[in-house]
Amino acid sequence: MTMTAILARVLRRELQLAYRRRADLVNPLLFFLIVVTLFPIGVTPDLDKLAEMAAGVLWVAALLANLLSLDLLFRSDFEDGSLEQLLLASTPPTLLVLCKVIAHWLVTGLPLTLLSPVLSVMLALPAGAVPLLMLTLALGTLTLSLIGGVGAALTVGLRKGGLLLTVLIMPMFVPVIIFGTAAVQAAGDGLPWAGQLALLAAMALGALVLTPLATVAALRIAVGD
Amino acid sequence: MMGYFDSLADFIAMGGHGLYVWLSYALGAGVFLFNLLSPRLIRKRLVTEHKRRLRREQA
Amino acid sequence: MWQTLVRWFHKWTSPKWFYTLSKPLSFWLGWAATLLLVTALVWGLMFAPIERLQGNSYRIIFLHVPAAFLSQAIYAAIAVMGLIGLVWRIKLSFYAAKQCIPVGISMAVLALATGAIWGKPTWGTWWEWDARLTSMLVLLLLYLGLWALHNAMERPESGDRAAAILALVGVVNLPIIKFSVEWWNTLHQPATLKITEPPPMHPMMLTPLLLSILGFFLATAAWVLIRTRLEILERERKANWAREELNQMGKVE
Repeated sequence: MTMTAILARVLRRELQLAYRRRADLVNPLLFFLIVVTLFPIGVTPDLDKLAEMAAGVLWVAALLANLLSLDLLFRSDFEDGSLEQLLLASTPPTLLVLCKVIAHWLVTGLPLTLLSPVLSVMLALPAGAVPLLMLTLALGTLTLSLIGGVGAALTVGLRKGGLLLTVLIMPMFVPVIIFGTAAVQAAGDGLPWAGQLALLAAMALGALVLTPLATVAALRIAVGD
Repeated sequence: MMGYFDSLADFIAMGGHGLYVWLSYALGAGVFLFNLLSPRLIRKRLVTEHKRRLRREQA
Repeated sequence: MWQTLVRWFHKWTSPKWFYTLSKPLSFWLGWAATLLLVTALVWGLMFAPIERLQGNSYRIIFLHVPAAFLSQAIYAAIAVMGLIGLVWRIKLSFYAAKQCIPVGISMAVLALATGAIWGKPTWGTWWEWDARLTSMLVLLLLYLGLWALHNAMERPESGDRAAAILALVGVVNLPIIKFSVEWWNTLHQPATLKITEPPPMHPMMLTPLLLSILGFFLATAAWVLIRTRLEILERERKANWAREELNQMGKVE
């Protein structure tokens, strides 16, 4: 079997598994919806003020929703022992891990991105900024899943890993949030946004190359114990 | 002789910024104290734990 | 020549050798640091001239800048020692990296707190989302994550390796974080008076600042050596020499 065939099969298996526990997949979306609902209630229903915060609120809410689902990335594989096989396989484990992370993005980051236009209306985000919001969220959530994968691997062996994962990974998301929200805000104000988008893409690429190495190294620790 | 300042009162007042300067230096002293004392606490804990282990081995 | 160098390296990386050899080293480092810091701080508080724009509040610089510098340097050192530990499997490197964390946290806290206090007379508020303060806050969060990870792991050996990986990811991220925060800051508020950046410094201000940085550096080195020795005793407690040492320590008390 060629490498691509193996990777395609891994990806398909991941998606099938995700489909089997589809009830879990709705949770991040619900979370996203609820946080965005609470903001106007907690701060102000004034649409002008909401429009100012919209980019930031949508980004932070999407990030938290994404983080909540990361805890499960390697957990079931760790518990049923398939993680060990993944690390011993003849296919480079970095590629397999990358497949898993991309599958995770397909079932959380992508749905969050697709839901965001609806929520952006609720927060009165300028309509012109919506395509860019979706583009930056798609790129941003991929980066989040990649970096978060390292955290998920580091905490997979721990019983109460979920909260710790958030604490470990959150500070690393600062640049992604900054450039993501800045691009959307710039588009809303009619300012150039290509630079921010390019930086966001560069971070996604960098994470794509570097994080699988760290994730595999972290998984080896968890399996070694 | 107070260096740059004319009197002790001047030195303490820091031209109206005394609160900020002295609060900062008090915090600095606190951080140094923490770094000096916490190894002693670790040491004490190690010795107690060691003694407990010894007792358990003899029992 | 090479042979002796390798042998010397191996000696220093053996926990037992390090334990004995680092004792006089930390002693002298500690005293040198005390001397330097007393000189620098007395000079900075009493003899350095006043700063034209910020008045006497600038005297906080003699604590703030060294603490900020050390907190970043220690984080980098943790990552380097973690890498050494992961690549060459040197336990001592992991022990030292772990014991750097509390010292680094204390430096980051001091830098943040003095920065906030300095901000009050300069900006009129205790907290301003200034670029340096914000990245220092993120650094503190990274430090706390490292410590939390160590504490969460059941086996200290896995804690060592996990923290090393996290520190490496963090150290790659840190320049990006600093750059992005700097950029974000200029976007949201046009240049205000920055703390820590008085116009070209008078030698009577610069000298005590440099002395203070050196003093902080030596003090940190001494604290890390002392803490690493205790970490060695705890982790190697099953070795005969460590048992003997613990027996001695118990008798003295």
